[in-house]
Amino acid sequence: MLSAATVDEIEARHPDLFKGVSRRSVIGWLTTAGVVAYAVFAWWFFSIGAVLAGGNWSIAGSYLADWVSYETRPTITFENSRLSVSYPRFSAYRPDRQPDWVTLEGETEPGTATRILLDMRGTTIDIVPQQVRVDHDGEILVLDIGPGEEVHPRGSLPAWASQKEPGGRVPLDFGFKGRIDVEGDEVKVRQRFWGWENFFFDANSPFWGKSFGQVMALIVSGERIDPAHSNLSLAWDNIVNNAEWQHGDVWLKLLQTIVMAFVGTVLASLLAFPLAFLAARNITGSRIVNQVTKRLFDFLRAVDMFIWALFFTRAFGPGPLAGISAIFFTDTGTLGKLYSETLENIDDRQREGIRSVGAAPILVQRYGVLPQVMPVFLSQSLYFWESNTRSATIIGAVGAGGIGLKLWEAMRTNTDWENVAYMVLLILMVVYVFDGVSSSLRRRLMGHS
Amino acid sequence: MNASISEAGLAVEQHWRDLAGRRRLYSLAGLALFFLAMGGSLWFANETSAGKFWDRLPYFFDFVDQMTPRDATEVGRALFDLPSPYDDGSLKFNYPEGRVELAHGLYLPEYVYKMVETINIALTATLIGFSLGFVLCFFAASNLVTRRWLRFFVRRFLEILRAFPEIVIAGFFLAVLSLGAVPAIIAVAIHTTGALGKMFFEVVENADMKPDEGLRAVGASWLERVRFGIVPQVMPNFLSYGLLRLEINVRASTIIGAVGGGGIGEELRLAISRNHEAKTLAIVLLLLITITAVDQLSAVLRRKLVGEQAFAFGAG
Repeated sequence: MLSAATVDEIEARHPDLFKGVSRRSVIGWLTTAGVVAYAVFAWWFFSIGAVLAGGNWSIAGSYLADWVSYETRPTITFENSRLSVSYPRFSAYRPDRQPDWVTLEGETEPGTATRILLDMRGTTIDIVPQQVRVDHDGEILVLDIGPGEEVHPRGSLPAWASQKEPGGRVPLDFGFKGRIDVEGDEVKVRQRFWGWENFFFDANSPFWGKSFGQVMALIVSGERIDPAHSNLSLAWDNIVNNAEWQHGDVWLKLLQTIVMAFVGTVLASLLAFPLAFLAARNITGSRIVNQVTKRLFDFLRAVDMFIWALFFTRAFGPGPLAGISAIFFTDTGTLGKLYSETLENIDDRQREGIRSVGAAPILVQRYGVLPQVMPVFLSQSLYFWESNTRSATIIGAVGAGGIGLKLWEAMRTNTDWENVAYMVLLILMVVYVFDGVSSSLRRRLMGHS
Repeated sequence: MNASISEAGLAVEQHWRDLAGRRRLYSLAGLALFFLAMGGSLWFANETSAGKFWDRLPYFFDFVDQMTPRDATEVGRALFDLPSPYDDGSLKFNYPEGRVELAHGLYLPEYVYKMVETINIALTATLIGFSLGFVLCFFAASNLVTRRWLRFFVRRFLEILRAFPEIVIAGFFLAVLSLGAVPAIIAVAIHTTGALGKMFFEVVENADMKPDEGLRAVGASWLERVRFGIVPQVMPNFLSYGLLRLEINVRASTIIGAVGGGGIGEELRLAISRNHEAKTLAIVLLLLITITAVDQLSAVLRRKLVGEQAFAFGAG
């Protein structure tokens, strides 16, 4: 440990070491205080605390779970001495098509029974008229349904069940795998399964519910399901037109986004190329032309891509043309600026060499300038192609079409989070592949510098 | 045939010709491929757009029309919330209604207020992202953390944060927290954490390890080594990247604003879709000024912090 005296001694010998130390530490503390003060201001300005507290966090959990799992929701209704099972409107199941974990006993017509057994992975529910018996990991709960549609649990309630008022409904919570709502007139069941439901075939397809092996067997050697088409083309058609996942449409929109980025960047490069020569001080002599072109670049760049997208969506309607135009306008500015800066930094000796042998001005550019800048230009364009693939998704969401718009629509419904997950996955894959292609091309162009 | 070239010389020339021929062939094939891709793309884009290119081309410069108010001074009135002589009670000319009263008779024009809100969204998100990225980056740097699994885990985590489209995070939090600025802040902050975290740990990995060695020699703890050995040398670069991110985030907050995240973005979307020329032009001008000002300010600061290095990108 240094004593104060030693510190003083060192300071006397090396005064430069200590110069500005206290000033720097004051600046450091002031900056910290400023940041903290700003954080407090932001907390107040956006009332972050109130917004976070008012958020619907319980639903956030189920939204997140929807990304990678799905629920099947039978509702069992008490009808005098019988029970009937129904499913939500767009469910794959119907009264005459029950999932295998729902067993109906004494079924007279589809969906009505005298006793219903539900098997929820370690939890069994036995429903007869006037009584629901639940066995959850060995703990047994019996609920009697009274004549006035009230629910009476026998004995005390286990930790996974609750009842707010005597005779009222009893929700049972089994964590991730599902929950059950026992009410006086019906039992609402939700069982959650991992994975994406009906990803390949929707419930209207003849291939629905078949295993991969069965589908392959049908395609290879099965009899034609639809006499007009082979099973292979029928299966493909069913996948592409899957009503829940809309594969065909999603792929089309993804392709639109890719095309938007590609065409937009190419057109911007093509226009920026000649303009950059006008903007470069060392190529075009006229200061006025330089300045006008450069300010044009600045304007195109500063009016953001998203603003252009809003305007062109009005002109072309949602679709790739709006996105292409937006990327084209913005990137003509960005690439023009970068190109002209590259041109202004070229090595002048090559140009002088060509000029000294009496070449025409256009040939001076062709042989004295282009070979130097072309790899850099291409590399810069590739870089923006890559980054535009991401931006195209975002401007799509404000109306320019493509996968962004589809993604945004899926999110707004609040029920299709699994479709959101699917599209995000596709986008990430595309971005990953294009990143790889673009950076390997750029590495080749630029050599190994 | 020139007699002065030797046999070996002829072989070299022949070889050169072969190479040049092959190169030309590759160039032609590349060009053909390019034109094919371009033609196909253009056809596809036109085919799948709601409005066809040739039908809609006359409307291409409609945006000029959409930004031309009835008279030039109208823009000023829209921008500063002054009463308009054309006021007919419609939304188009109701400029004074947007005033944000600060005190009696003193007000902030609506769009200026919204712009300030957007800037604050960007600033708050950048601060949060900067802080989180700052904390995380040291655990991802191979010269500071020897445990491979920890580095791997932190890097993948940052990658996920970065790769996730902001618009999806915003959409999710808009559903949970309802419309407003907080979802936008969260979305931008999450993306910023990933983006800055990656740049930060690359800076840390390139840091000079001599101060670190000195501190290690006198028995400093890991935290002290990071604080006194690494942070002082990486801080200018960190701040420079943070400022660059702020520029990007101002634009990102505007976009997220347009889809429900508050701020000026939403006003712009409404103004354009309702055909309010003066309002549109006022907002576009305001955005133009703000974005340019933020860019310039950040450029000046970054040049001060790290010199010309701050502007080299896309070249490697």
